[in-house]
Amino acid sequence: MRASYQLKRVDFIFKNENDWEEVLSKSISRSPQELINELISSELKGRGGAGFPTGLKWKLTAEVADSTKYVICNADEGEPGTFKDREILSMVPFKVLTAMAVCGYVIGAKEGYIYLRGEYFFLLPELNKAISEFEYYCNEINLDFKIRIFIGSGAYICGEETALFESMEGKRGEPRNKPPFPSDVGYMGKPTVINNVETLAHTYTIFKYGAKRFYDLGVQYSRGSKLFSVSGDTPKPGIYELELGMSLADFVEEFGDGDTKAVQVGGASGFLVPRKRFQETAIGYEGKLVGISLPTGGSMMLFNSSRSMFNVLDNYLEFFREESCGQCTPCRVGCQQLLKGIKAVKRGEKKAQYLDKLLRLTETMKLTAKCGLGQSVANSFSSIVENFREEMIY
Amino acid sequence: MPGIKLSEKAIGLIKTICSDFGNQGSELINVLHQVQGKLGYLPAEVQEVIAKELNISVAKVYGVVTFYSFFTMIPMGEHPISICMGTACYVRGAEQVLSEFKRQLKVEVGQSTPDGKFSLNCLRCVGACGLAPVVLVGEKVFGRVSPQMVKTIIAEYKEVGASEVKSA
Repeated sequence: MRASYQLKRVDFIFKNENDWEEVLSKSISRSPQELINELISSELKGRGGAGFPTGLKWKLTAEVADSTKYVICNADEGEPGTFKDREILSMVPFKVLTAMAVCGYVIGAKEGYIYLRGEYFFLLPELNKAISEFEYYCNEINLDFKIRIFIGSGAYICGEETALFESMEGKRGEPRNKPPFPSDVGYMGKPTVINNVETLAHTYTIFKYGAKRFYDLGVQYSRGSKLFSVSGDTPKPGIYELELGMSLADFVEEFGDGDTKAVQVGGASGFLVPRKRFQETAIGYEGKLVGISLPTGGSMMLFNSSRSMFNVLDNYLEFFREESCGQCTPCRVGCQQLLKGIKAVKRGEKKAQYLDKLLRLTETMKLTAKCGLGQSVANSFSSIVENFREEMIY
Repeated sequence: MPGIKLSEKAIGLIKTICSDFGNQGSELINVLHQVQGKLGYLPAEVQEVIAKELNISVAKVYGVVTFYSFFTMIPMGEHPISICMGTACYVRGAEQVLSEFKRQLKVEVGQSTPDGKFSLNCLRCVGACGLAPVVLVGEKVFGRVSPQMVKTIIAEYKEVGASEVKSA
């Protein structure tokens, strides 16, 4: 276990290795159980933001007896401030395709889908080319695995796994109740592994170099590296692969413009961390070592002192109101009321204490909303309102 | 909105697309993408044909069309302009860029110019936050757009259209 958090750059994901054929054929010469064990011991957790252990996900799906199963690559990258999956798919598509095929081999699936965000339509020609080259090789080594691309249609909620299934089935992207989980009932009601693009790319690293190489990066509970999409008030916006577990203070030191007043970790559904908390905040999954530990899909947005946090919150709430699927009341009505509420306080039509009422409303949404969208509105709302209350009022 | 009458050709086109996807209700979204790609938009009359071909209710088709922001029931301009309103773009001045487009084109969000050349829309994050604020014209991405650049961007496409007309 490392004593202190430090910012460490690594280079696995974008390293162009051109050895996918070898990684694929070697992987499928091992037993599915062996591959699952490798993944489990790497402690890789889902890189979309939720952080579910990837090895366990594959294991659960592998254990279900069904002749039809699916592998889905979630490329519906829609969290504001996240742009890593797009880069992975255009720079190293074969890593993702290989990982999908290995997953298919492990769980017993013959079909894979990439759910590609509609805004990334321009990636289609290159991806299709890669897929046909990939399938050609699969044929050569007698691996029965086909990959199809499904194009999204512009709905943030479809990044939620069950909404994504609904969308792929030609329906409105409205999340389903869980359980049952996708490992039992997924796309077309069949057992399905659904992984984020980046998660799949990391499994490639693990199958190639072994679990230990990955496990040795990061800190306890948060192993490995992760891609971060850095934007906002920074002199060097872009995508960086960093070890997990760094402190936000180190991060700001590296990427800030010297005047960073807050960082939004995890996009609109994430948390805002004010300057006074940079030191005690680490970027990783739960099971904290010291201070606060924040998970993230990789969106890191920096704000300097010229930014109004009211405008930021206003933008997030407008986003949520727009993107709420409308299925459950807490989210549909809650988002509208929060947006109306902060505007009324700003204009002086409501007293400042009204903010406390709105905070209680987000608590209710957290408890009662059906899916992650409605539940996570509370994250950005409470962290912004509590830390920058004066900016909400005046 | 006054009803429109679909040409035989348009109906034939929709039917072909539906049968390309095996007339499967589960392929509805793929069908809608293709049809909108050919016809430019998805008015009620088009949705009725699709519903019949895929053997699903018109209400279901309408529900899907109105759920997803990519589908439109009104025609888009020849050059659809989309302003990214994601947070990174927003804090870097997307709103000023948007109002400049509104001012120059004399349209509101969701409308087209009378000559059908441009339509104006907002979208949520194109995944190019490093280039904020971002504007899309068709599929072309303009990064670090300032209100001052708006005039040049519009002019670029006005000319494209004009030269096309000349050469035709």
